[in-house]
Amino acid sequence: MTTIIFYILALVIAVFSVLAVTSKKVIRSATFLLFVLLATAGLFLMLNYHYLFAVQVTVYAGGIMILFIMAIFLTHKPGDEFSTKMSWKVRSSVLLAVGGLLLTGYIIVKNVTRVYNYVQSGEMKMQEIGTAMMGTEKYQYLLPFEVISLLLLACIIGAILIARKETSAGETDSDSDK
Amino acid sequence: MKQPLELTGLISNLHTFFRSNLTPFWATVIEGALVLIAVLAAYAIIALALIYIERKITAFFQSRLGPNRLGKYGWIQSVADLIKILIKEIIHINKVDKVLFYAAPFFVIVSSVLTFGIIPFGQGLQAVDFNIGIVYILAVSSIGIIGVLLAGWSSNNKYSMIGAMRSGAQFISYELSAGFALMTVVVLSGTMQVSEIVESQRYAWNVFNGHIPAMIAFVIYLISGHAETNRGPFDLPEAEGELTAGYHTEYSGLQFGFFYLAEYLNMFIIAAIATTVFLGGWMPIQVQGWDGFNQVMWYIPSYVWFFAKTGVLIFFSLWVRWSFPRLRIDLLLNLEWKYLLPINLVNIIVMVVVVLLGWTLEDLFPIFRP
Repeated sequence: MTTIIFYILALVIAVFSVLAVTSKKVIRSATFLLFVLLATAGLFLMLNYHYLFAVQVTVYAGGIMILFIMAIFLTHKPGDEFSTKMSWKVRSSVLLAVGGLLLTGYIIVKNVTRVYNYVQSGEMKMQEIGTAMMGTEKYQYLLPFEVISLLLLACIIGAILIARKETSAGETDSDSDK
Repeated sequence: MKQPLELTGLISNLHTFFRSNLTPFWATVIEGALVLIAVLAAYAIIALALIYIERKITAFFQSRLGPNRLGKYGWIQSVADLIKILIKEIIHINKVDKVLFYAAPFFVIVSSVLTFGIIPFGQGLQAVDFNIGIVYILAVSSIGIIGVLLAGWSSNNKYSMIGAMRSGAQFISYELSAGFALMTVVVLSGTMQVSEIVESQRYAWNVFNGHIPAMIAFVIYLISGHAETNRGPFDLPEAEGELTAGYHTEYSGLQFGFFYLAEYLNMFIIAAIATTVFLGGWMPIQVQGWDGFNQVMWYIPSYVWFFAKTGVLIFFSLWVRWSFPRLRIDLLLNLEWKYLLPINLVNIIVMVVVVLLGWTLEDLFPIFRP
């Protein structure tokens, strides 16, 4: 039963990933990407990770895809087909990408089978996630940790802003980069 | 408590019948198919009933008679409308983006059906019951807006586009308020599972249990839920005076029917979730210790309680719809971002304080404790 569903989801992910890249219209690519994200959410559901399923649907399908679609609406003529040229750069990058995929695929397959044994099966309760986020015991206190990472990001942006060379009125930004 | 009219016995009998006569694989497949058929049938029937009810109530608000030719009080009218919309031609439009144009209604209807699945219609009458119930509701209901945006864009029509953009802005804004209002109740009941939320309201409905903050959350949920369904004073996306029909201008036949169905069902879903979360769901009114009274209340089956409570909220929604004039788009967004959202954020804090200090009705008066 689960195998059949898995193959359906895997097929959906594979087909729509390819379509998302090869489609000539930006907005169609976005829609195909949405199908990929929804099928990924389906995989989480199959693994009984309901929380991750809901977050995947809310954040990616509900949030980011709406943002994408809104952003694409703002571009110039979003429905027009655009042509891509196959230069030697594209060909060599395809080779590189395939090589990288093989390498990372090997590493992931080797490690995931090892990690899989540690992961507990069964539905994870919302309460467990809540205590892991807010509790103060070992393996808990996740939320403050994440908030600190946000603080660090703010620090980095602040540092860049302060260290940036001021541009005078006549100069443009590209000039000051030189 | 005796419950002679409940369906739980029937459902568990069916379950044991399938389990004992079939292999586990086929039992799961057949049960899944049956649940799917039941959900879709309920979806269609509730939509038909709602269309009739809305037309009739609207007519009374406007001092008209409403449908009264087909059948007694015109009750066959919406069945006739259904048959008509099924046999109508789907007009193919030349300059639309074909794939997205035909895919868009499905997003809307799928999201609506998925949300419909988690509603507990009665004892044991719930298709899915996740531990993360409330988050699931928020997650799947947010897919629908993608369908609206795609429909508006792919129609290749400026009215559709403006309608879709308005709808998108409105939905995303009010989704926040609806989510926060539901989270307030999650703080109160300490669980996200829908069945547990209903069970915890056995003697005190959440709206009374959490008194002031819960009532504020209830009102905010009703307002923002009403806005999410694009109805009533918030129907700017399809403001017929300015935008012909908004994002579904170019749709015809059954495709338009999908949008129409989803709109009506979303109204029902908002009312049903408000019932489940704030008004005790299918739980009958009970008072601890009054066994005779409780027994009488339990004789009324749980699904009747559920539909009665939901019906009151739907009537309320129609009442609002025909009583207030349409808002302007900037006023609409002002209402959300400048009033509802800040009130909501403060409200959650108030609720946390109430729960932590033990000021809920259940904590103060032991008679309300389940």
